[in-house]
Amino acid sequence: MMRLPLFEFRAPRTVEEAARILDGEGPQTMPLAGGTDLLPNMKRRQQVPKTLMSLSRIGELHQTKLGDAGSRIGACTTLSEIAADPRLRNGLTALAQAASFVATPQIRNMATLGGNLCLDTRCNYYDQNYEWRKAIGFCLKKDGDICWVAPGSSKCMAVSSTDTAPALMALGARVRLVSRSGEREVHLSELYQNDGIHYMKRQPNELLTEVLLDSLHGWKSAYWKLRRRGSFDFPVLSVAAAARLSNKGIIEDARIVVGSVACLPLVAVEASNFLKGQPLNQDSIARAAALAARVAKPLDNTDFDMTWRKRVTAEFVTYALRELRGDDMRGERLLLRRHSSSC
Amino acid sequence: MKGQMAEQKEPRKPSRSEDSRPYGEALRIIGVPRRRVDGRAKVTGQTRFADDIFLPRMAHCKLLRSPHPHARIRKIDVSRALAHPGVYMVLTGKDLPIQYGILPVSQDEQALCLDHVRHVGDPIAAVIAREELTAFEALDLIDVDYEILPTISDPEEALATPQPRIHEYGEEGNIHKQVALEFGNVEQGFAEADEIFEDTFFYQGNTHLAIEQHASLAIKDPDGKLTIWSSTQTPHYLHRALAKVLEMPAAHIRVIATPNGGGFGGKSDPFNHEIVVAKAALALDRPVKICLTREEVFYCHRGRHPVLMKFKTGVRRDGTITGVHLQTLIDGGAYGSYGVASTYYAGALQTTTYHIPRYRYEGCRTFTNKPPCGPKRGHGTPQPRFGQEVQLDKIAEKLQIDPAELRLRIVEAPNTVTANFLRLGSVNLTECIRRVVKISDWKNKFRKLPEGRGVGIACSAYLTGAGLPIYWNKMPHSGVQLKFDRGGGVSIFCGATEIGQGSDDVLAGIVAEVLGIDPFDIRLFTGDTDLGPVDLGSYSSRVTLMAGNAAIQAAERGKALLAEAVALKLAIPKERLYFADKRVFDSTAPDNGVSFAEAICLAEARFGTIGTVGSYTPPKSPALYKGGGVGPSPTYSYSAAVVEVEVNPITGWVHVPKVWITHDIGRALNPTLARGQVEGSVYMGLGEALMEEQKFRRLPKRLSHALVHKFPSMLEYKSPTSLDMPEVVTELVEDPDPRGPFGAKEVGQGPLLPIMPAVANAVYDAVGVRIDEVPITPEKVMKALAEKKAGREPRFGPDHFPHVKWPEALRIPPPWEGGDGNAVNDVHREKPRATKEKVLAP
Repeated sequence: MMRLPLFEFRAPRTVEEAARILDGEGPQTMPLAGGTDLLPNMKRRQQVPKTLMSLSRIGELHQTKLGDAGSRIGACTTLSEIAADPRLRNGLTALAQAASFVATPQIRNMATLGGNLCLDTRCNYYDQNYEWRKAIGFCLKKDGDICWVAPGSSKCMAVSSTDTAPALMALGARVRLVSRSGEREVHLSELYQNDGIHYMKRQPNELLTEVLLDSLHGWKSAYWKLRRRGSFDFPVLSVAAAARLSNKGIIEDARIVVGSVACLPLVAVEASNFLKGQPLNQDSIARAAALAARVAKPLDNTDFDMTWRKRVTAEFVTYALRELRGDDMRGERLLLRRHSSSC
Repeated sequence: MKGQMAEQKEPRKPSRSEDSRPYGEALRIIGVPRRRVDGRAKVTGQTRFADDIFLPRMAHCKLLRSPHPHARIRKIDVSRALAHPGVYMVLTGKDLPIQYGILPVSQDEQALCLDHVRHVGDPIAAVIAREELTAFEALDLIDVDYEILPTISDPEEALATPQPRIHEYGEEGNIHKQVALEFGNVEQGFAEADEIFEDTFFYQGNTHLAIEQHASLAIKDPDGKLTIWSSTQTPHYLHRALAKVLEMPAAHIRVIATPNGGGFGGKSDPFNHEIVVAKAALALDRPVKICLTREEVFYCHRGRHPVLMKFKTGVRRDGTITGVHLQTLIDGGAYGSYGVASTYYAGALQTTTYHIPRYRYEGCRTFTNKPPCGPKRGHGTPQPRFGQEVQLDKIAEKLQIDPAELRLRIVEAPNTVTANFLRLGSVNLTECIRRVVKISDWKNKFRKLPEGRGVGIACSAYLTGAGLPIYWNKMPHSGVQLKFDRGGGVSIFCGATEIGQGSDDVLAGIVAEVLGIDPFDIRLFTGDTDLGPVDLGSYSSRVTLMAGNAAIQAAERGKALLAEAVALKLAIPKERLYFADKRVFDSTAPDNGVSFAEAICLAEARFGTIGTVGSYTPPKSPALYKGGGVGPSPTYSYSAAVVEVEVNPITGWVHVPKVWITHDIGRALNPTLARGQVEGSVYMGLGEALMEEQKFRRLPKRLSHALVHKFPSMLEYKSPTSLDMPEVVTELVEDPDPRGPFGAKEVGQGPLLPIMPAVANAVYDAVGVRIDEVPITPEKVMKALAEKKAGREPRFGPDHFPHVKWPEALRIPPPWEGGDGNAVNDVHREKPRATKEKVLAP
C-alpha cells in the first residue's frame, strides 16, 4: 500500500499560536484540518510538507454563529455539520447543498469548510502517484516544467474543484485570514486567481479562520454539480446561483458562479447583470444560461469530454435558475444518479 | 438481546419441529435460502485476507516498475539502493530468469524484466526492506539505463508496426494469435438469406476492480520448504509456476489461497509479485510480504480485452439465421496471459444461444505496450455477445418482429451439438425470455414509452466450467476429501478457492445435504495445496459443478460406510436408512435410529478411520479440431434481461431506473447467494455498459513517447456506487440439469452478459440512436443525437474494420453436414490426437 512520507507534527491550541508557527516555520508548514485531501496527496507525493500543523485543537475554529444580520462559520466546521444544519436554508441552501455533495459521508464527517475552500486544484496529469508522474516526465505543478493539458502554456491549468467556494461566492461570502502580523477580510471572489499552482492569494503564513456572510434575507440559492456518479466524485462542472427576488418575482440582485471549469470559480458577470430587473421566466432563464455558459472554458484534464462539459453548462445553469424559481427539480436531481439533496 | 445471542450460537438448523416437510426425497438444505458459512467472519471483519497476516521478523517488498511503455534495459545498478539503511535485499531479472505464464503456449513473462520492458508498470527490480516506506524510498536509488523503443498503443498500430516486436514469438510481427475457423460454408448461408446485416462494434477494455488489492506473504518453513499465502483464484496454477521458476520440487511448495476480496478473473494468473516474495523469503529466511497499491493492480490488469468486431449475419424473413461471419481485432496488451484462450472465446459461444447453421470466425490478438488483458467475468464473450445482441435488435426492427419474439423463434434446442461442436445440456432460454417479458411488462413498454424512455432486451449463455484444463492432462478437475470425526464433525478438504462467490458454502451445503447434518457442523480446509486435493481454481464458473460433483461423490461414499454400520446395528436393510437432522434412522420408523456421531463411531469400529474421496472429470467434448478445446463445458447457463433507461435528450445522460433479469440456473443451491451473484453481475454489467474504461493516454508524440493508464485510481476509474444501482428484479428459472450437482448450473458470470446490449437497445428505444460501442457515455449519446438531428445515420460507433491478413480457415463441417468434429483441411494435425500438449483454456 502507499505510505505517508515522514513529517513533523504540531498541534497548537489557539489561532495566535498557529499563526506564530506558520510565521516561524515558513511555507514548508501546512495546516491540517480534515486531512481528507492533503493526506492522500502526501501519499502520492504531490505535496510533501516538512511540518503538518493540526487545527483540530483550536476551539475557536469550530464556532459558528448564524443570525438574521449575518453569519460566521468557523473554518473547521465539518461538511457533515453544514449539510445537516437546519438553519442553512433559503438564502443559504446552496452552501448546504454544496457541502452535502462533497465526496462521501465518511469524508464529509472529517472534511472541513476551510479545507474545502483551500482545496488543492486538480488535474488528470497531477492527481497521480509518484511513479505515474515520473512516467510522463512530471508536470508544471509538481517536479516538472510542462503543462501536459496545454503544452504551450506557461501557466498550470489545474482545475478548481471545490464545491463550497462557488456556492459561497454566489452568496457574497468573505473569509478572514489571520497571520502573526494581523488579520484581513477578503471577498471570496477576490481570494482565488487564475493559476493552477498559485490558485489562492492566501499567503503561506496566513490561516483561514472563518467564513463571513451578510444577511441573506430575501435571497434564494441553489447549487448544481456535474459528476459521473452519485457519490465520491469531485465536480467537473458546478453552478451556484443566488438571487434576491421582489414580492412580484422580479430579480433585484443575482449572482451566478460557474465552478470546476478553470483554475478558479468564475463569476458569470454578464449573466448576473442581465438577470437584474428580470422576472424568472423561460426566456430570461434561457438567456442567462446562454450568457453564463460562455464563461466556461473547460480543458481536457478532468473526467468527461471537455466539449461535452462545455455543451451542458447552459443546461446546468437552467436547472439552478429553475430551482430558484421554485420548480420541482427532484426528478432532474434523481436522474443525475440520485443527487438527492436533503435541502 | 438474549435471543440474538442464542441465534448467533445456534444458526438456522432444519429441525423436525420447525420444518414440516416429510422425509423422503425432499432436499432440506439445498435450495433453502441460508446464511453462508463464511458470512459471520466476513461481516464482523474477522476474515483474514492475505494483507491481514503479520509474522515476526517480516520484511516488506516494493517493486521498481518501468516508467517507459517500451524500452530495452541497458544496465541496472542497484548499489545505492542496497546501501540504503534498512534495505535487506534487491532482486533483479537475472535472479529469476525462468519464464512462466498461465498458458503452456504463452510462457512469456518474467518475474522481473531482464532486458526488455513492455508497458508502464512492468516490474524491473524488487527492494526488500525492514519497513515498507524504506523499500519505497530505495526504489528511487536504483539506476536503470534504458534505450527507448517505439511505442505501440493499439491493435491498428500493432498491425502497421511489425518491428520492433514486443515479443519474439507469436504469429508474426506484433500479432500474437490468429484464429480462423469455418463451420459449414457461410457464403452459402448468406446466399440463402433474405436480408444480410453488417455491423461493426467496439467494446472498450475494463478492469475487475476487486476491492482487495493483490497481496502475498511468503516464508521459508523451518525444514526449508516454502509456504506462500496469496490472494489468488488459482493456487494450483501458482503452485506449478513457482515450482518452475524457483526450480524447486512442487512437493516443497505450499500455496495457500487466502479468501479473496473479490477476484472476477483478476487473480487467475501467476503474478510476478508472488514469485518475487517467494524468492526473497527463501533467500533471506524471513517472512516477506507485498501488498500492491491500487495503481499496481491496474498494471497487473488481465481484464477485459478491448475488441473491435465486425458481424455479418444472414437471416430469412421470419428471423431464422442462415449464417454468421464474425471478425474480431483484439488488443492484448503486453503479454500473452490467457489471451490465446480469450481469442478463441471471442468466437466460441455465439452458437450456444440461437441456432446458427453456418458460422465463420476470424480473430486476431495483437500485442501492445499496455498492461496485459486476460479473463474478466465472462472471459472473451461479453464483447461479441454485445455485438450479436445489438445486431439482433437491428434485425428485429428491419424485419418488423418484436425483438423478444425474434429471439424466441431462434433459441437453440437443448441437448444439441452446435455448429462448432459444443454439446449443450439443458437450455431454458425460452422460459427465461417468456418470464422476463412478463415481469417487465415488455409488451406494454417496448416502442410504447414516451420519448426519452425506453426498454431493451438481450440474452446470453455461459459455460458451467471449462471442459478442459489449462495444461493437458487426464486427471480430475476437482477432488474432495472428507474426514469423519467421532464427535460428529465432518471436515472437507478441497483445493477450491473462496473468492467471495460462495464456494465454501457450496461445498458445506452439498456435504450437509447428503449426510443429513448442518452446514455449520462442517469444517472447511480449502484453497491449500498441502491440505486438499487439486481443484483447478475459481475461474470459468467451474467450482459449483465440478467441486460440487466431487463433494457429492465423497459424501455418498461416506454415507454408504455409515449406512452399512448403522444397518447392522439396527438390524434393518440399509436401503431403509435416512440421513437427516444429524441422525441416521429407519425411514419407516423415524424414532428407531442413532445420532450422526454414533453412526460415525459404529462405522469407525467396523471399517477403521473413516475418510472418503470424490473427484470430477468433465465429459469428453466432440470438438476435436484445433481450438476446439475452448468453449466445451458440461452444460451452459442462460440469461435474459430487460433494462429500462431514461435518456436526457439535451445532455445525452443515461439513467437506468430498473432491470429485470431471469437466469436458467438448473437449481439454486443457496438461493440467497445465487441472487447475490445475479445482482452483482447486473451491477458489474451496468458499470461496463455506462462508464468503466481501461483507457490510456498517449502524450503528444513530438514531445514524449509516454503511454500511461489514463487514471489508475479507484476515484477516477469510474465504477458505479451503490447510489447508482437501480432496482433489480431477479427470477431464477429452476429446471435441474442432470450434469450439475443437484441439477445446478453456473450463476457467477452469465447474468453479466445480457446487460450491456440490453442497455444499448434500450437507449435506441428511448431516443432512436444506436450506440454501437461501450461504455455508452453521455458524450456519445449526445453526438449520436446530433447526427440524428442533422438527418444523418443516428449512430455512434466504429466506422471501419481494418484490413487483417487472415490465415486460411480450418474447415469443420457441422454435425448436420456429417462432420465428425475434425477439420477437413488441417494438415498439421493427426487424428485422433490426445497425448500432445495443446491449446487449452479456462
